[in-house]
Amino acid sequence: MYGKGIFKGMWVTLKHFVATFTDDFRMIGRKYNKAEGIEYRMSKDVKGIFSIQYPEEKMPVPEEFRFIPFLLYDTNEDGTEQIRCTSCGICAKVCPPQCIWIEQTTNPDTGRPVPEPVEFFVDIDICMNCGYCAEYCPFDAIKMDHDYEMASFDRIDAHIFNKEKLLKPAEYYAEIRPLNWEREEIIRKEKAEKKKAAEAAKAARAAAKAEAAGAE
Amino acid sequence: MTEELVVTLSALETRFPDVVKKDERKGYEGFLVDTKNLVEVATVIRDELGYDYLSSVTGVDYLEEELLEVVYHFYRSTGGKSLVLSVQVPRKKAVVPSLYDLFISADFQEREAWDLYGIKFEGHPDLRRILMWEGFEGFPMRKDYQEAFFVEDQKPFANRWPEGKVFRSEDENQFGKNVQYPKGFDKPKKWDPEEEDLLYAGLQELGKKDSGDLATDHVVVNMGPQHPSTHGVFRMAVVLDGERIVALKPVMGYLHRNHEKIGERNTYLHNIPFTDRLDYLSSMVNNHGYVLAVEKLLGKKGAVPERAEYIRVIMSELTRVSNHLWAIGFLLNDLGAFFTPSLYAIEERELILDIFEATTGARMMNNYFRFGGVARDFPPGVLEKLNSIVFERLPRKVDELDVYLTDNEVVASRTKGVGVLSPEEAIAHGVGGPVLRASGVPYDVRRADPYSIYDRFDFDVAVRYHGDCYDRYIIRIDEIRQSLRILQQALKDIPEGPVLLKNPYNIRVPEGESYGRVEAPKGELGFYIVSDGTANPYRYHVRAPSFVNLTALEKMCVGQLVADAVVVLGSIDIVLGEVDR
Repeated sequence: MYGKGIFKGMWVTLKHFVATFTDDFRMIGRKYNKAEGIEYRMSKDVKGIFSIQYPEEKMPVPEEFRFIPFLLYDTNEDGTEQIRCTSCGICAKVCPPQCIWIEQTTNPDTGRPVPEPVEFFVDIDICMNCGYCAEYCPFDAIKMDHDYEMASFDRIDAHIFNKEKLLKPAEYYAEIRPLNWEREEIIRKEKAEKKKAAEAAKAARAAAKAEAAGAE
Repeated sequence: MTEELVVTLSALETRFPDVVKKDERKGYEGFLVDTKNLVEVATVIRDELGYDYLSSVTGVDYLEEELLEVVYHFYRSTGGKSLVLSVQVPRKKAVVPSLYDLFISADFQEREAWDLYGIKFEGHPDLRRILMWEGFEGFPMRKDYQEAFFVEDQKPFANRWPEGKVFRSEDENQFGKNVQYPKGFDKPKKWDPEEEDLLYAGLQELGKKDSGDLATDHVVVNMGPQHPSTHGVFRMAVVLDGERIVALKPVMGYLHRNHEKIGERNTYLHNIPFTDRLDYLSSMVNNHGYVLAVEKLLGKKGAVPERAEYIRVIMSELTRVSNHLWAIGFLLNDLGAFFTPSLYAIEERELILDIFEATTGARMMNNYFRFGGVARDFPPGVLEKLNSIVFERLPRKVDELDVYLTDNEVVASRTKGVGVLSPEEAIAHGVGGPVLRASGVPYDVRRADPYSIYDRFDFDVAVRYHGDCYDRYIIRIDEIRQSLRILQQALKDIPEGPVLLKNPYNIRVPEGESYGRVEAPKGELGFYIVSDGTANPYRYHVRAPSFVNLTALEKMCVGQLVADAVVVLGSIDIVLGEVDR
């Protein structure tokens, strides 16, 4: 019969239409502006409309979500801030659009580079959010952020982030990426212990040497 | 060398004792042919050896040897490995006979080589610029060409580290220094590029008619570049006789950014996120093609762990499902079913994108594959969600989409018999993917030349036989079903283990050439890479499926109504990020 296919199709749309309202009634008071409702609308069971009413509601971002890098600093016990970056330049080298500029510190007395950046720039207009800098940084010093709301009226100055703007505490990182943080902390601790052990061994060796020299 | 190639080699060498030579350069696997014998050899290859599918034509600039090379990749439409032919011509006098008469698929690709390399193809009927704008001066892919804002030949740039003085490209505008102007360009107000005139002249020539006593005229209509049906910035210049199309020429390049030049400035690693931006609806398949090409060169160093192979297949097939859902939805949009079908399709795609986001960190620009594996494993909880979607929801929803659209009389009457492409024409035009298979050619790279671990899965190559828009729609539903079959098997079998053994940032690739190709959702996606042993690829070429599929657009549209051109274009399923590169 001509038109049967159209009716079959209309039946599908009708089911979708009805499901929208039954879904709303079934979850009355729980569907909109509630974490539970947002999760439901992102799950495989959702029947009605998927729409999430941004900006009133926001989709929770998963841990691996990445947007614009930031620099980490640790807070020491005495309250001073310790930047993790050593300005080794690996992030600048792996950056595909070359949006990272790093200026190294040089010791004024010896003229040799000191492992800390004077300045660190990221041009977020150029950044393509690939996440390489975070992936390849050997010191876990640069990580990708979760904050995606950074529209601004100023195109030039506001979009070149300097060191001051990029720095965020390590605790913030632990908060947005708990699983990664846990995994990396174990490795960092191991490394630190190894370094300590190596230093201790070196000191012991030096002491032994000095002793031997003294004995002679 | 495979057995097949040895046979081919001996056949070719006995036929042409002094003309065809094995390419002796380190890491090269093709044959070198003399310019004057190219057409003759290509005819034998096509008619006697059965290599009837010309996949890729591209140029390479060997600046030191003062040579330009044209590389051809031939395949059999029944499956198997490639046959690579190269022709070398001096840089100053680059003229190569065109293969247009033998393989129409050479049409756009030769134009591209002319546009970017300045290799003149003798006998090509319409050798105009294709990606750069008309009136552009110079050949940008040549090694001695420097673009505006040129900093250095190769990344990483020294001025980023350790000096690190921030600057913006606009402030350092070097336009005055390295932009070339055409001759006689001193009065830009009067200047008029001749290529646009050539386009219209060619169109009028194609659509010539004998009007008899009654004076009638053809109308030239430019559909696009700003036209919603063209899926981006794409122009179809059509000549109409009433409402019927008598000639059509696609005009493209509005989104051109010279991806390949960027790719040659980049290191190997830098290129992975750039490939995401080619066909932005199926980024991870693009990753896969590029990574395969480089891994071929890396040899043992590029070995991929088992779990990573499974993840790659899972991701590629999910990409295919989401891409086809999108294609079906927007084909219906082109038919005038305004956004209801496409939103139903996009809803399912949304669930897939959520999985991408949780695993790779981004919804579309995934940047997930690495040389020798994938960037990271599935986070906890994602596999469970993936299982529930693949086993429960998607099969149900695909059936629903099928019920919703397939029997619909309006869809059928708008698409059945429209834009027919016969199997012979499809092969000659070099189209790939769903367009080729809808014409009755069961050619799927996953089966014809298996890569990754596709030979382990049980799936059918979807094929339809009418070659019209309706078949091109329904084959996508078939393919989603087959992809789901692969996904279900992969998810059942996926082993535990590492996903990436080593992840060095400064990878060095041995010398040689390689062509990695995958079955992208839109057709055959190939990456041709030439390595000279340094950290940056010497040549990086993308054989983009949407671009080559457009070769057949004119064939499909001529004789149709102008409203059907929109449907035909929608059924090819192009993405302009890939067409224009």
